[in-house]
Amino acid sequence: MKPITVYVPRDSAAISLGADEVAVAIAAEATRLGIAINLVRNSSRGMFWLEPLVEVATDAGRIGYGPVEVEDVASLFAAGLGNAHSLNLGIVDELPYLKTQERLTFARAGITDPVSLDDYLAHDGYKGLKNALAMEPAAIVAAVTESGLRGRGGAAFPAGIKWRTVLGAPGGTPGVLGAEGAQKYIVCNADEGDSGTYADRMVCEGDPFLLIEGMTIAGLAVGATRGYIYLRCEYPYGERALNEAIASAYASGWLGANIQGSGKRFDLEVRMGAGAYICGEETSLLESLEGKRGMVRFKPPLPAIKGLFGCPTVINNVITLASVPVILDKGAEFYKHFGVGRSRGTLPVQLAGNVKFGGLVEKAFGVTLRDLLYTYGGGTLSGRPIRTVQVGGPLGAYIPESQFDLPLDYEAYAKLNNMVGHGGITVFDDTVDMAEQARFSMEFCATESCGKCTPCRIGSTRGMEVIDKLVAGDQPVKQEALLRDLCDTMLAGSLCALGGMAPFPVLSALNHFPDDFRPRATAAQMANVNR
Amino acid sequence: MSTSTFERKPPIKLAELSSLSPSDLATVNGVLAKLKDLPGALLPVLHGIQDALGHVPKDAVPMVAKSLNLSRAEVHGVVSFYHWYRTEKPGAHVIHLCRAEACQAVGGRALETHVKAKLGIDFHETTADRRYTLEPAYCLGNCAVGPSLLIDMQLKGRVTPERFDRLTGAMA
Repeated sequence: MKPITVYVPRDSAAISLGADEVAVAIAAEATRLGIAINLVRNSSRGMFWLEPLVEVATDAGRIGYGPVEVEDVASLFAAGLGNAHSLNLGIVDELPYLKTQERLTFARAGITDPVSLDDYLAHDGYKGLKNALAMEPAAIVAAVTESGLRGRGGAAFPAGIKWRTVLGAPGGTPGVLGAEGAQKYIVCNADEGDSGTYADRMVCEGDPFLLIEGMTIAGLAVGATRGYIYLRCEYPYGERALNEAIASAYASGWLGANIQGSGKRFDLEVRMGAGAYICGEETSLLESLEGKRGMVRFKPPLPAIKGLFGCPTVINNVITLASVPVILDKGAEFYKHFGVGRSRGTLPVQLAGNVKFGGLVEKAFGVTLRDLLYTYGGGTLSGRPIRTVQVGGPLGAYIPESQFDLPLDYEAYAKLNNMVGHGGITVFDDTVDMAEQARFSMEFCATESCGKCTPCRIGSTRGMEVIDKLVAGDQPVKQEALLRDLCDTMLAGSLCALGGMAPFPVLSALNHFPDDFRPRATAAQMANVNR
Repeated sequence: MSTSTFERKPPIKLAELSSLSPSDLATVNGVLAKLKDLPGALLPVLHGIQDALGHVPKDAVPMVAKSLNLSRAEVHGVVSFYHWYRTEKPGAHVIHLCRAEACQAVGGRALETHVKAKLGIDFHETTADRRYTLEPAYCLGNCAVGPSLLIDMQLKGRVTPERFDRLTGAMA
């Protein structure tokens, strides 16, 4: 009899809920029963409330069971890995959560074995690079520009323009500022420190060849022969998957001195960060790669002119680079067709925090928060009403329900001092204390500030103190004025986004939820009255 | 009035100053030999040392500085800048507990209080029996199924106080 193919994800979120133990139990039970199975450790579909999501290949498609615990494994086999099981979800591809998404970047999520090159090639992998190898560098850059792809790390700068600058810049000599040479670099920012975001992690762990392909295309486009993936050290599973995939790409001629016989070179290496949030800022990331403290650099010079080791450098977020292969495969027109206004393509939204159906929702720009939170997210995990959501990580504003119908679009968000950022949405129910959240934003900024700018380094600590006094009722009118003034100074007087945006969550909490900042005793009394 | 006198010290000799054991010395030298020629080698070197020894001993700093042609101040500056590096030997198990917003939204603050009370330590501290070291983390990328923590670099999700007790109870 043909062995049955069983899938158990190796995504770390699935592992955090017991996927490894389930995989071991399935293998053991199959051996015990003498059933031949082919156990594949696939990536995650991004439906984390169902993890560990076990899938079984059938003629009709892959049938899912989840969430599976070790105790369920025996009964799964007893039911013949068939339909008659309480955890049966039916054909996974047909689940509305997945079926209604527009998965371009995450087309392979949950489907393939992340470190299998054969699997990657069998699922449209390396088609973009094959096209790129036959193109002139300027044509590759033009395709990326034409697609409207903008930096997915948060700043939303047009990727094609960044690439064009690097393409046009004369190469440098590593470490010798101003010297001419041939070196340019591609750097991938995989320092995904924003809470509520995990799309970069899912690519690194779940589709590492996609990132390798995107970076290789970027190298061909601008004439860079070396790339670095700067990955945060909190992602050990991603490190292993990337290194396995890189070794495999080298062994099969997809990386190295002669990519698929084209005579083009691209070398790639993973470098681990060391727990500094600020290194997600591009210039401090470059400092860190150079072996220094992650202090923010002044701009200009732009990294595109003088970046890593003083050489022209493309530095892009994981999702930006991972969006490139599909553009080169299916064309700029295809990609541009998705989205609204100046926000083209798709955004992998990450539903996080207190949400019932937390997971990855890749949709074209223009989808509303309400749709994401209720149609996909299903409301809160706790079952209480959603009070606010923080969009775009710890520097993003807290958005009240009155703005839930705003379309997800860089410009529409920016108009209201909100931020799409990296597409992370953290949901809070009505038990959240917004003064506590505002204080945490300041505390986080104080912990993670690189220390270069005074408003960020000192303002954040003063901000905590002022919020403490405000909620303690110590001259509240004066404290609020002081807090707003301090936020204004941080917004205007910081070099980078950390000090320059940390006031957004603080001010949004203060503006939309002023009652939470009233003196504590009163707030507690009010809560009692409401109960 | 102070009676301190200036005492002239002999030139610093690295080997004499070092309190590293011979095996730790060999480890540090091994890491340096392997990684010192990488471009921007300092972070990989420090990771190599911490992965092998559990921390970056202060006496490794001058060795690293000499090998990479940096000043000790530069190396110390990097070690102290990055939250990940620690200069004291950790306990048998290192716990990185997520403090960030997505975990806060699902009881992260209560878990933090529980973990600190249960272990009897604050962040950056090690229990008296040297079993656990507790470190804060700002996001482990497990934001849909928090609260999350890493125990010895193994990710755990949906960690309630009860699950935390079970996880630590099951550890040797």
